[in-house]
Amino acid sequence: MSQPTVRRETPTDPVGSDPAPRHTRRSALPLPVRHLLLAALGLAAVAGLLLVTGDLTALRLAAVGYTMLAVAGLQLLVGASGQVSLGHGAFMMIGAYAMALLVLHQPMLPLAVNLAIIVVVSVVAGIAVGAATARLHGPYLAGATLILAVGLPGLAHRYHDVLGGSNGLNIRTAGAPPFLQGLVSTSEWRALVVWTTVVLGLALLATLSAGRLGRRMRAIRDDETAAAMAGVPVGGTKVVAFVIASTAGGLAGGLQAYVLGTVTPGSFTLVLSLTLLAALVMGGIGSLWGALWAAIAIVYLQIWATDLARALNLSRDVENNLPIVFFGVVLILVLRFWPLGVHGALHSLRARLRARES
Amino acid sequence: MTHFINLTLNGLASGAGYAALALSLVIIYQATRLVNFAQPALALLSVYTAYTVTQLTGSYWVGFAAALTVGLVVGALVERVIIRPIARTSQLNAIIVTLGLLLVIQGVVGMVWGNEQHGFRYAFDYVGRFAPSDVFALASVGGVALLLFLVYRFTPLGLRMRAAAFRPEAARLSGVKVGLMLTVGWGIASLIGALAGMLAGPPFLSPNVFDVVFVFGITAAVVGGLDNPFGAVVGGLLIGLGMSYVSGYVGPELATLSALVIVVLVLSVRPDGILSRPTARKV
Amino acid sequence: MSTAPLLSVRGLTAHHGPVRALTDVSLDVPHQGLCAVLGANGAGKTTLLRTLTGLHPATSGRVLLDDEDITRLPTEKVITRGLAHVPEGGGVIVELTVEENLRLGGLWRADRRDRTTFDEVMALFPPLAERRSRTASTLSGGERQMLAIGRALMARPKVLLLDEPSLGLAPRVTRQIFTLLRDLRARTGLTVVLVEQNAAGALSVTDHGLVLDQGRVATEGPSDGLLADERTRHAYLGF
Repeated sequence: MSQPTVRRETPTDPVGSDPAPRHTRRSALPLPVRHLLLAALGLAAVAGLLLVTGDLTALRLAAVGYTMLAVAGLQLLVGASGQVSLGHGAFMMIGAYAMALLVLHQPMLPLAVNLAIIVVVSVVAGIAVGAATARLHGPYLAGATLILAVGLPGLAHRYHDVLGGSNGLNIRTAGAPPFLQGLVSTSEWRALVVWTTVVLGLALLATLSAGRLGRRMRAIRDDETAAAMAGVPVGGTKVVAFVIASTAGGLAGGLQAYVLGTVTPGSFTLVLSLTLLAALVMGGIGSLWGALWAAIAIVYLQIWATDLARALNLSRDVENNLPIVFFGVVLILVLRFWPLGVHGALHSLRARLRARES
Repeated sequence: MTHFINLTLNGLASGAGYAALALSLVIIYQATRLVNFAQPALALLSVYTAYTVTQLTGSYWVGFAAALTVGLVVGALVERVIIRPIARTSQLNAIIVTLGLLLVIQGVVGMVWGNEQHGFRYAFDYVGRFAPSDVFALASVGGVALLLFLVYRFTPLGLRMRAAAFRPEAARLSGVKVGLMLTVGWGIASLIGALAGMLAGPPFLSPNVFDVVFVFGITAAVVGGLDNPFGAVVGGLLIGLGMSYVSGYVGPELATLSALVIVVLVLSVRPDGILSRPTARKV
Repeated sequence: MSTAPLLSVRGLTAHHGPVRALTDVSLDVPHQGLCAVLGANGAGKTTLLRTLTGLHPATSGRVLLDDEDITRLPTEKVITRGLAHVPEGGGVIVELTVEENLRLGGLWRADRRDRTTFDEVMALFPPLAERRSRTASTLSGGERQMLAIGRALMARPKVLLLDEPSLGLAPRVTRQIFTLLRDLRARTGLTVVLVEQNAAGALSVTDHGLVLDQGRVATEGPSDGLLADERTRHAYLGF
């Protein structure tokens, strides 16, 4: 499904040169093929899970899927290229509204075309914002993207007629195709659609991250000046990273709208963007696997918080804010004691166990 | 024309709050090269404390004092306990940890006081054009800025704080306790942030009431130059005016996005803000 | 030079990450001593001074000032015990005015309102007196070095540590600064440890010299002896 951290390049790697085909002891297949195989495996795993679980889990699995895609995009931007974006939720909003508008106004278009159009829209939005903010660094970029995250939902109120104001838009999409009806439920079909898109997206992200673009981004993250002197096109690479991240975010938003059937400005707040970032740091900023832990945490924490609040008879105020507080606390603790996140911790645990065995 | 004058006066009054918030961001940025994204959350905590204290004592001004005290103490504590151990590792981590703090405080405020809105009064009468509360907003921010300038410029504490901010190592070699200066700086900054909250909070409080205020505050700080306190105040008033005009003539929903346009435009022309000068910084 | 040393360094070892930067360095500087620390680039001279004032942590060994152990004290405390350190390049705060830079140096003293030290420093450096309300960014390299030394003197230190005061300065200005060190000792009884690349110049004003090589003491002795010793000059000092 994704690229394990073991093969992360060190800063001493030659920068900008074409990647020589590397042969690890595990496999001699070229990287894209291996990523596609992993993707197929991941999809098979999800399909297997769907077989043994019910409709409710199908919806949750779908949520894990699109959240993971969004976080993976952010991972590429923050983890690999070192740019902090607080506006990732804004791109999810763009994708979600694009999906809703397409379904409402062009109901004849098939889902695949809708998704393709969403990719184009997200790329355009990513280029617009990425180019505008290309010269901003560190806190300035974070500030500008924060403004985007806070400001964009205002558009839904401003263009009430088209975007539906604070009630948002509701859409109905087709369920499973006729020949599968009775075999898979609508929710299961949606989960499969989401995960097919997600694993393809992740395979692409992993391939990009392992290739020349990934090396360039890491070179910029480690030392921008040195990267520039080594011939890395700094500005261009940053914009490309931003566009890829926005596209992953937009596609994730589109899938979310497809699964939930409703889009409201209230679901794309600053807190969403911050939660995505927090979960990413918690999962592990250096690896795409971190995005999986992050997505599971985002989806299931909300559910557990509700269960816990019911069990302990806590008030709604506590219940609603529990996940936010949890993510905040975890974010601070992880940065303080565990800077590589869950994935890094698992990794070092495995290394330690192996060392003990031998 | 009356409309324009009303917008101008309103803009100046709300600009005072943005100026105070920008000032609190700049004080910390100057000392640590860190934008404190938790600043609006610290202000939130202060203002909710004021809300409760006012309800308990019946006095707005006791609540006001409580807000400033909470700002000062919590700001200092946050620097000591949370920021300092992490800021040492990397700038990226330091930014992210302030975001974590933002989530925690906003969430805790929501847990304690609830997510629904509470009515919260102004310091003075607010009805009419340039009402007493507007005058109070401008005067208090002006007073704080002046006081800050005098302390920085003319007292030993101010000299130590400037030295610690400009050249931490040289300051330590002159016997300055740089760590203590950082804590004091965070305390002062969060106190001013609490003032910003008291000015910008009314008439209604809710856990994300300062999201938009923060947008304007950070825009003001960026426009003024993140390391220029004087610029932060001017920037705050300018943004107050600008947003008032945008809201009045175009629509209030677009004010935040126009702030983004302003930030991007300003930073593309002057990467360090309009009023920043590479050398010979004032204050 | 008869009594116990004022500054005594015993077996000091320090690391830069995993790399050992100082190995078992010992050095005694008597009251009113002028000691030169010499050696090639990267020999550990700057690290030695930084370890003395606590800017760099010592791995092992001890630093005694007037018989008080200051090895583990934080920098700002070390300063108040009577050690002043002018870092490489001076460490002048260019954003502050000349007067503010100087006042900063004596700010920790209980008698900081007493202006005698300030007036003495002004008298010592007339160019600074002329520009006391200008920012330090307007000063020339030599004037900045004067300001840095002046700021250190504001603390009325027992020992002054000077890191490459001649760096980037014209030979004439360098000579002025070296002469100043002798004057200061004669007038105020100041003790000085001088780190220098300019070995010939440094040895001609000091009375004791120590040569570092790859973090170890290669040789030490009276300055005129080192200056005269052909072998030391060739092997370590390059002239």
